[in-house]
Amino acid sequence: MDWRAKAMSLLLLGFVRLLTGAQARWHGCPPKAEQRIYFANHQSHADLVLIWAALPTELRSITRPIAARDYWTTSRFKRWITGAVFNAVYVERERKGDEDPLAPLMAALESGDSLILFPEGTRGHAEDPQPFKSGLYNLARQFPEVMLVPAWIHNVQRVMPKGEVVPVPVLCSVTFGEPIRLGPDEPRADFLQRARAAVMALRDL
Amino acid sequence: MRSFLRGLSPDQQVGLLFALLFGALLLATVAGVLLSLRERTLGAGADGVRSTRLQDVQTLLRNTWLMALVFWVGWAAGDGVAIVLFGLVSFLVLREFISLSPTRRGDHRSLVLAFFVVLPVQYALVWTQHVDLFTVFIPVYVFLALPVVSALANDPQRFLERHAKLQWGIMVCVYGLSHVPALLLLPFPRFEGRLAFLVFFLVAVVQTCMLVQHLVARRLSAPVAPAISAGFHWRSWGAGLLAGGLLGGLLAGITPFKPLPALAMALVACAAGSLGHLVMKAIKRDRGVTHWGSAGRSVTGATGLLDRVDALCFAAPVFFHSVRWTFDR
Repeated sequence: MDWRAKAMSLLLLGFVRLLTGAQARWHGCPPKAEQRIYFANHQSHADLVLIWAALPTELRSITRPIAARDYWTTSRFKRWITGAVFNAVYVERERKGDEDPLAPLMAALESGDSLILFPEGTRGHAEDPQPFKSGLYNLARQFPEVMLVPAWIHNVQRVMPKGEVVPVPVLCSVTFGEPIRLGPDEPRADFLQRARAAVMALRDL
Repeated sequence: MRSFLRGLSPDQQVGLLFALLFGALLLATVAGVLLSLRERTLGAGADGVRSTRLQDVQTLLRNTWLMALVFWVGWAAGDGVAIVLFGLVSFLVLREFISLSPTRRGDHRSLVLAFFVVLPVQYALVWTQHVDLFTVFIPVYVFLALPVVSALANDPQRFLERHAKLQWGIMVCVYGLSHVPALLLLPFPRFEGRLAFLVFFLVAVVQTCMLVQHLVARRLSAPVAPAISAGFHWRSWGAGLLAGGLLGGLLAGITPFKPLPALAMALVACAAGSLGHLVMKAIKRDRGVTHWGSAGRSVTGATGLLDRVDALCFAAPVFFHSVRWTFDR
């Protein structure tokens, strides 16, 4: 990481901490440098930055978020901030030909990185998260040794509701729960249901 | 002794005060370390009550260190930095308060206004010494302006309730706390450069009162309002007031007051502070938590700063104005 990216990430961290506290609460698993997929509820653009800021420094450098290629590579600044600062994995939102949209994620997992995933796909506005998309299931089947850590992000939607530009300081926290595993020949729908329940169970902790 | 103290310049006097304060803290810390060493040789689990009590005292000591350091930095770096520091504390405390008061999307703009306009303007008024405007800015102008912004957001649901919470938060966390650095602005003839003593006087007296009240309440049962606070008894309250008042009388030498008025001022500050703490407890209970911080059932990961300064938030305005009415002619 060059010094500019480092400075930017420190600046962002300070900003996020001042606004939200970005507190991590580890229930069910310690912050440990093993290969993991963190999956969480998605209500705001700030979700990703919040998880990124809540992770300890050692884990932050090996944990990569996911960014949509068509949006985040259109300008040099966007490409720089997702690539150099967040070290994001780019994915295609639209399926092109018969290329597997999960291929970049699998490549990242194969090289030993951890991922941050929002299995709802899009931001939800209701109290409960929307049904999970099957990407999580496919990754879990292909990489059975990777830990799947559920996370619930509290309060972020209050920081910056849709359509507003100025964030409001509200304390937010990320609760990390007990890792789940894909059972042997567990059906896809059951697994996704269980994963969603694991995320929602952290809400009232 | 007295003539020696008189001979010092105001800066030297304040410096001496800090030297004494840090000396006392250092002694207490060393004593705490020695006690914990002895605890360790006695063996763990021998006396659980004592070790938790020791832990209690040690957190208290750490907080006192932190506060003393903040005050020292504020004094050493000048009034401007002190005001900025208090502004920052206000920001953090208001953040805690808002986190635990449910707001709706329609409140977003008023919240932005509260944090990024009202708070800085209030402290800027302190900085620029607009004493008269600063005392009415929030209760008069902001009180009427904020609901307008929220009304324009077109959301009538629980409007009064949401707004009452926001106004309360601003009154306590911004208006109340900004009166502490405002003490530095009071025009006392022949007391220039030593107004930092007045801030110290207020904080020392209120904290002593809270501490004594807390310690005495441990030995009592049947609190006055058990649903709100298990630690509020009239007797412990009286003991706290007495201790705070006596300390105020003893500290009269560092204030512009004579001993008896100093005692009266200390009593006023302590009464406001300790009762204010009780009120904040009621608000916390309403929100279903016992601490603003993470010690209770907190979903927000707050640091619990508000728990430490809420007494000060209530005591400061009352103290400020009592001093102003009585002595400022």
